[in-house]
Amino acid sequence: MSPWRAAARRFRRNRPAVLGAVLVAALALAALGAPLLAPDPLAQPDPVRLQDRPPSAAHLLGTDPYSRDVLSRTLNGARVSLLVGVGAALLAVTLGTGVGLAAGLAGRRTDEVLMRGVDVALALPRIVLLLAVFAVWDQAPASAVVALIAATGWFQASRIVRAAVLSLREADFVSAARALGATKPAIVRRHLLPHVAAPVIVSASLDVGNIILLEAGLSYLGLGVRPPTPTWGNMIMDGKDVLFSAPWVALAPGCALVLTVVAFNLAGDGLRDAFDPRMAA
Amino acid sequence: MSGPPAPRAPLLEVHDLTVNFTGYDGVARAVDGVDLAVADGETVGLVGESGCGKSVTALAILRLIEPPGHIAHGSSVRLEGRDLLALGAKEIRAVRGNHVALVFQEPLSALNPVLKIGDQIAEAIRAHEAVSRSTARWRAVEMLTAVGIADAERRAASYPHQLSGGMRQRVLLAMALACRPKLLLADEPTTALDVTIQAEILELLDGLQQKLGMAVLLITHNLGIVAERTRRVYVMYAGQIVEEATTAQLFAQPAHPYTEGLLAAVPRLDERRERLRAIPGQVPPAYAWPAGCRFHPRCPHAWEKCAAEAPPLLEVAPGHKARCWLVEEPMRRKK
Amino acid sequence: MLRFAARRLAFAVVSVAAVVVITFLLVHAAPGTPMLGTAERTVASPETIARQRALFGIDRPLPEQFLRYTGNLLRGELGESFVLHRPVADVLREAVPRTLLLGGTALVVSLLLGLAIGALQAARHHSRTDALLGAATLVLYSVPVFWLGLILVLVFGERLHWLPVSGMTSAGLGEGLSPLGRALDVARHLVLPAASLALVQAAAFARFQRSALVESLGAEYIRAARAKGLPERTVLLKHALRGALAPTITLAGLSVPYFLAGSVLVESIFGWPGLGRVAYDAIFARDYNVITATALVSGVLVAAGNLLADVAVAAVDPRVRLDR
Repeated sequence: MSPWRAAARRFRRNRPAVLGAVLVAALALAALGAPLLAPDPLAQPDPVRLQDRPPSAAHLLGTDPYSRDVLSRTLNGARVSLLVGVGAALLAVTLGTGVGLAAGLAGRRTDEVLMRGVDVALALPRIVLLLAVFAVWDQAPASAVVALIAATGWFQASRIVRAAVLSLREADFVSAARALGATKPAIVRRHLLPHVAAPVIVSASLDVGNIILLEAGLSYLGLGVRPPTPTWGNMIMDGKDVLFSAPWVALAPGCALVLTVVAFNLAGDGLRDAFDPRMAA
Repeated sequence: MSGPPAPRAPLLEVHDLTVNFTGYDGVARAVDGVDLAVADGETVGLVGESGCGKSVTALAILRLIEPPGHIAHGSSVRLEGRDLLALGAKEIRAVRGNHVALVFQEPLSALNPVLKIGDQIAEAIRAHEAVSRSTARWRAVEMLTAVGIADAERRAASYPHQLSGGMRQRVLLAMALACRPKLLLADEPTTALDVTIQAEILELLDGLQQKLGMAVLLITHNLGIVAERTRRVYVMYAGQIVEEATTAQLFAQPAHPYTEGLLAAVPRLDERRERLRAIPGQVPPAYAWPAGCRFHPRCPHAWEKCAAEAPPLLEVAPGHKARCWLVEEPMRRKK
Repeated sequence: MLRFAARRLAFAVVSVAAVVVITFLLVHAAPGTPMLGTAERTVASPETIARQRALFGIDRPLPEQFLRYTGNLLRGELGESFVLHRPVADVLREAVPRTLLLGGTALVVSLLLGLAIGALQAARHHSRTDALLGAATLVLYSVPVFWLGLILVLVFGERLHWLPVSGMTSAGLGEGLSPLGRALDVARHLVLPAASLALVQAAAFARFQRSALVESLGAEYIRAARAKGLPERTVLLKHALRGALAPTITLAGLSVPYFLAGSVLVESIFGWPGLGRVAYDAIFARDYNVITATALVSGVLVAAGNLLADVAVAAVDPRVRLDR
């Protein structure tokens, strides 16, 4: 059985992991369908009367201080979180793989230089840098958020990839391929990448949860993706002012965040255990 | 050496030992109804390929099997008459390292990388004897000298990764013998080493055994070691003992086809051959032992009875038993 | 060992320098008008903006600004806050110790709690206790720290009125209390914000420690230790824990950025007057110098955290000392 099939089988048997995967799928569907499912999140049909209303039949999760329906804003908020989470994770992992491959396949000198750079970069406080940038960048589009989060988060992936490449470089099957006349790019593509893929996939999926929380923190501070676009972070920002009188405004997006991150963490843990089964853990 | 060994009081008597592992694919009977005995001061070999259950047997003797594995009811392991499997936790700990010691296969992974080796030997001593730290340390140094490590005092302060493979194996021996056990279970004591070092370690083991009057259960897949160093041998396959004999009997007249296969597979200098004689097929997975005789799918002499009925251990000659129907029906042997 | 520490120290200095350069570049390169709060920006005329910029030297070419900044830095001058009209150094001198108190307490608590939970889970792994604790840590680990802070405020402050939810000291009490009384007062105010920070990170440590310990417990040398007849407690504490300690210490050192980020959020929620609050306000007011100075201090703290962690690991694991 190929290692991929074996991993898939192990994942399927892992109940919490499957639950996580199902939740992620449900969230993706909710995010995609949000514009259709929920009433317009920006609408303010009756500015005064509908302010801070508790949950009711018309508004399942109540309304916020700007008279907007909380449920539809929460559903729409999923779009930003998922977009930034998955997007930045994928981008970061791609960057990291690129650098890791370069370092692992290149000569000693290049490798040293690259890895020293990565070491220094790993020591930088990511949050602080992001705060500093977004503090002065007023109208940052979501793509900028994705790009910058990815740009500050690819270092660990590069380390993983480099380690994998270094260990595989001397492997017998690589020497055999070279002896048979395979070119370097071909070796990379057909032999190294599949082996490197597993740890990279795991790293990316475990990253998504952290990135979602990071983005939420940024938008809670009013940075990154700004209102009126609903993000779970800025909804909590709105909610904190009416925390005692209208707790649902902050509770709904918070619960959504927890649920989403738990889902990605479960799925990510499941992937990690599926690719690297060790009886005990 | 010829004729049956003189009966001696058995030091270790293992009866009907069965160890099961519960996993995704079902229950694996890694060790299935194993009987063996070791007498005082005797060196006994336990031979088999990897996966046959010999290491698990050693662990089971000291009750070191952890979930998902467990020793089945009905098994008994008697040391000087006491059933080790029935002892309480404190009592079995008093046996481990003290009356029965286990030497592991891979010296680098069997030693704790962050502790000094002298420390690791000393703690074995202090676990069983009420001595002061300094006495234990001094005895540890003595043990290191006894296993042939030069400059023992200084070496005792080094870490495992600072020593060579051969030295690490000596340290493992020192650790195991520190409390002068009556029985040593040596699991592949030389597999991880170069050939020249192997010989040294085995000599060392021999010498220490003589000095301490210790019995040794030598677990290995290397027939050469077995031939030189053991008095009696058990051959294990698929969780069962398939042949037991004195070493002389085993090498002169193997009774089980598996043993024959093992012996034939060893390349010889006085023979001209184009290909090595391998035993066809592979060891089956432990959760799916074949029905009937477990070796029958790979046996050149098998017939219908072998697939239908599992043979018990049958007597070939006094002191020599084999688990094969050929013992009863030697005519079935194909040329 | 000393050489090892010296090398790591040199590395830390390089990291801090990198932080300064990168922050400076990022802050200057990002689009947007610095140093003017949103409100001022919309009403200020282009001339006012130009004048402000000239006043603070922001209209000069970038390399010149950078040189001037580094020159000042080396002299210990951090510039002045546009908003507070005080030297940045003074602001930091007040704020940093308060954040160290909050962050430090949270770090210690989370480490101890996480280690304990992780060890308990590993000792009982695959049992119901393990599963329950595992679920609890997973959820806690997935909670945004600022939201947790708000929940704590809601529950303890509003509904239960047990603990104070704002500020570092109780207003109006300062003079009458003894030093012990004052310390206790601060301690009471410290509980909720520290708890918000600590709980999430404790979950992270617990998860990590559990898997590190389970792996350590599965190592051959653990089996060998049991084969020697050592009591289980010795096996766990002396052998298994030592092996799992090194990676956890590293993780603790690497968690400094999270505590810093968390403090920005938590201090604003709880009104704790520390570096996080300062950063938060500076961000909204576009207070250039303060933002850069905060980044610098954070960089130093992170580098210090990593350095201490590296040295601690080397002390615990002898294999590390000989590498490179």
